Amino acid sequence: MSALLEAFDVHAYYGSTHVLHGVSFAIAPGGITALLGANGAGKTTTLRALCGMVDTRGDIRFDGRPIGRRGTEDIVRCGIAHVPEGRGTFSGLTVEENLRLGAYTRKDKARVAEDLERVFGYFPRLYERRRQQAGTLSGGEQQMLAIARALMMRPRLLLLDEPSFGLAPLVVDVIFGILRTINREQQVAMLLVEQNAARALDIADHAYLLETGRVVMSGTAGAIRSDESIRRSYLGY
Amino acid sequence: MEAFLQQVLTGLSTGGIYASVALAVVMIYKATHHVNFAQGEMAMFSTYIAWQLMAWGLPYWGAFFLTIAISFVGGVVIERTIIRPFERQDAVLAVVTVFIGILLVLNSLAGWIWEYTIKVFPSPFPAGAVFGGLVSGHQLGLLGVTLAMLLLVYVFFRYTPLGLAMRAAAENPESSRLVGIRVSRMLALGWGLAGAIGAVAGMMVAPIVFLEPNMMLSILIYGFAGALLGGIDNPWGAVTGGFAVGVLENLMGAYVVGTDLKLTVALAVIVGVLLIKPSGLFGRTVVKRV
Repeated sequence: MSALLEAFDVHAYYGSTHVLHGVSFAIAPGGITALLGANGAGKTTTLRALCGMVDTRGDIRFDGRPIGRRGTEDIVRCGIAHVPEGRGTFSGLTVEENLRLGAYTRKDKARVAEDLERVFGYFPRLYERRRQQAGTLSGGEQQMLAIARALMMRPRLLLLDEPSFGLAPLVVDVIFGILRTINREQQVAMLLVEQNAARALDIADHAYLLETGRVVMSGTAGAIRSDESIRRSYLGY
Repeated sequence: MEAFLQQVLTGLSTGGIYASVALAVVMIYKATHHVNFAQGEMAMFSTYIAWQLMAWGLPYWGAFFLTIAISFVGGVVIERTIIRPFERQDAVLAVVTVFIGILLVLNSLAGWIWEYTIKVFPSPFPAGAVFGGLVSGHQLGLLGVTLAMLLLVYVFFRYTPLGLAMRAAAENPESSRLVGIRVSRMLALGWGLAGAIGAVAGMMVAPIVFLEPNMMLSILIYGFAGALLGGIDNPWGAVTGGFAVGVLENLMGAYVVGTDLKLTVALAVIVGVLLIKPSGLFGRTVVKRV
């Protein structure tokens, strides 16, 4: 099976600071891939590089087509949804308006309405609060909103940047449970960036380990989880 | 009592002018999160274009709608050529300086092309007084046009996908790109709309204050006061604020400070609102939980 997304020798820069030093990886269609590593390893930058949000060099292909040189708006229109660090909800708009914006580029009105029902099914909390300003939601609800908004695009690949960040363990359980359901029911491939390696490896089927802007290890989630030395030196648990 | 009522009504009709300018200011704020100091001069310049079109023989409504179209394009062109280089910088001061530059250039350009002599600008509404002489036909027409414009703006922002996308782009450009909104196009569109609304305001104001390059200067200050009083992000609030400032200015002028100090009332309103309730009477305070 050919990869949904392939990144080959990707470099990224913030101004003159060289942050990614030739990262390569592949994401299988319908799978969950985890991107692990310590603070500052380049996980967030890798996601931003895929979406053209940083100065990037290298070959990035989605569905075999190069997307490396395009603008963010055009890359997401190919079917890549990004749930950014800090969630990126439109805090002054209502929950429902946030969700409608997720479907902004879609022309199939009827299916959009169906999808709105579907995400409200995944996140009943959002339905209860659909007329509320997004900024008034709790952290967990905002994370749900960010994921729901990304789903409204009907993406084929979902990039998730630390969905567990700042949330209580119980809320993280809920969110990871829903991610697994979404992956199974809708065959959306996911690239999951997480500090919480144990949780990420639980739902992922493949993992890459980043250190100072380079891939230092990769393999199936099971293999990485069971390797004592990797766990101790890189994942810290 | 009758004199008092007369003052209130006069206030309401000048308030209509401020309301339409305040509406244009709020429009551009909602679309770009900038307060456009050149808004008044853009409106003035548009009004001159309308005057010129009529001088070339176009009928009033032909000139009216053609001017709106030209002003829309003009707004887009100003954004693309002058504002865009500053889009990526977060330097508020640079943008404000650019606005003031546009203000001065348009002001001088209008004076250079059409000279500084006062010109009469026609009104499309009947000249006679209505309601027993309390208001003129034009004042009533101005009120109607302002309210119609407000309704259009409201429906556009509230109910159309494009309006929603413009609000999103102003609030969070990065997230907007992530849902596929072409943010830079939205900014240009916001400027176009503000240009068009400003053009309507200018053409409605000109029959009252007469057409000359400085006609919008004090009106813009009153418009700002109205927009701030009502809430800079709320079109309804801006229009209400505009009327309130008109009435307040007139009553204060007649009974308290005298006509010479009227403009001070507007400035006092601006300072007062910023001190006591920065989001304005009807403005939404954006709540953020962290």
